[in-house]
Amino acid sequence: MKDRVLILDKEAISRALMRLAHEVLEKNKGTQDLCLVGIRNRGASLAQRLNKCIEKIEARSVPVGILDITLYRDDLTLISAKPVVHKTEIDFDINDKIVVLVDDVLYTGRTIRAALDALIDLGRPRVIQLAVLIDRGHRELPIRPDFVGKNIPTAKDERVDVHLEEVDGVDEVLIVGKT
Amino acid sequence: MHWTKKDLLGLEYLSKEEIELILETAASFKEVSRRSIKKVPALRGQTVVNLFYEPSTRTRVSFEVAAKRLSADVINISAQESSVRKGETLIDTGRNIQALKADIIVIRHSASGAANILARNVEISVINAGDGWHEHPTQALLDIFTLKEKFGHIQGLKVSIVGDIAHSRVARSNIWGLNKLGASVTVCAPKMLIPPGIEEMAVKVTYDIEEALKDADAVNVLRMQFERDEQKAFPSQIDYFKHFGITQERLEKAKKDIIVMHPGPINRGVEISSEVADSLNSVILEQVTNGIAVRMAVLYLVSQTKERKDEDTD
Repeated sequence: MKDRVLILDKEAISRALMRLAHEVLEKNKGTQDLCLVGIRNRGASLAQRLNKCIEKIEARSVPVGILDITLYRDDLTLISAKPVVHKTEIDFDINDKIVVLVDDVLYTGRTIRAALDALIDLGRPRVIQLAVLIDRGHRELPIRPDFVGKNIPTAKDERVDVHLEEVDGVDEVLIVGKT
Repeated sequence: MHWTKKDLLGLEYLSKEEIELILETAASFKEVSRRSIKKVPALRGQTVVNLFYEPSTRTRVSFEVAAKRLSADVINISAQESSVRKGETLIDTGRNIQALKADIIVIRHSASGAANILARNVEISVINAGDGWHEHPTQALLDIFTLKEKFGHIQGLKVSIVGDIAHSRVARSNIWGLNKLGASVTVCAPKMLIPPGIEEMAVKVTYDIEEALKDADAVNVLRMQFERDEQKAFPSQIDYFKHFGITQERLEKAKKDIIVMHPGPINRGVEISSEVADSLNSVILEQVTNGIAVRMAVLYLVSQTKERKDEDTD
């Protein structure tokens, strides 16, 4: 039986997202030119939720898109279960926009590297910022987040599992130890 | 569901789930062709060789565009200018291409089974772009993809294939694929162009075009291959049009929103009237667009199996 430690529960996740929404709005001085792009799968759900928080605060929502980065990954050869390619769904122009990339866990930074490549193929945003629910450290690339829900120091052989209701049926963040 | 096959040789060899995976992957790739930068880096550093023993423009160009949108390097070899004329066998040619460290061979050949033979004799991926009268899997996949886009499902659709069934690899691949996905297929042609034993492929046969169109959700019109018709199965193009041509008058007796497909090149006034080819029922040009997405999906999926094999040996 693996060790599982609950880091965030449902309430803690929604509080963290509400704070992230405030920070995003504060830094960008409102919703002007702002848009959110979530990285599949859970980043996409988080981006939707973040937008709901923004709506509560500002009484207006921002465009939300979904980015699939499968085709941009540099580690496809290392993954034994090949991920299925899904659609990128960004139906608004990102040129000259403030794009906030949203993902669940920031770890090595390679996903974000791929997401930046994918995003830049779609246009030239004025600025790209990064919002993550969890930053667990161990970066392998010079990438840092602009907005962090929670910093969690981890060992490399641990795993951080983010479960979201939309995908997994439950809201929780766990650290799972190696057997 | 994950793709595990090194090659794509025909729809006969695929499961329903594998066909659905290709269609699903193609739906994702379709978006790439709508971008201003129509390119993703998925096959960067890989080499795709188009090995064409038969003249073909549309299929080769479609594969070339698909490979380039995946960032692969593409080499085109046509038999007319290659060492085939100097007597090299297919297997030797394949092994030479492999020795060049190419990753995928796309082959078009006039002999049925050529792609299968090549695939057995090289370790790199082989994609069949049409072999004799056997199969043309990517054409059938793009036809099915187009149907799925229009109707949302394949299960329960009635699809009629009209034209030279006997000489058609497109018909054979479509029959395999559509049957596996639960559509019911009717073939319609002059008697001489219906191959004996076709009923064993679980299709309905009719020689009456109005019967074929009556309840159909879609009709796939094949080109009359007069250049292959050595037995002169049909006296003339004019006679063929009169008896089997898809015309506006005939469509008026069919379902109102019947979809008209054609793998191209179309011969206006032979198997299809100009009016129908340009009508709202026609999805002929959408098929061309969808062909790129389907071929990108196939190239991507077979390329992933190569990488997995490398990993196993490391």
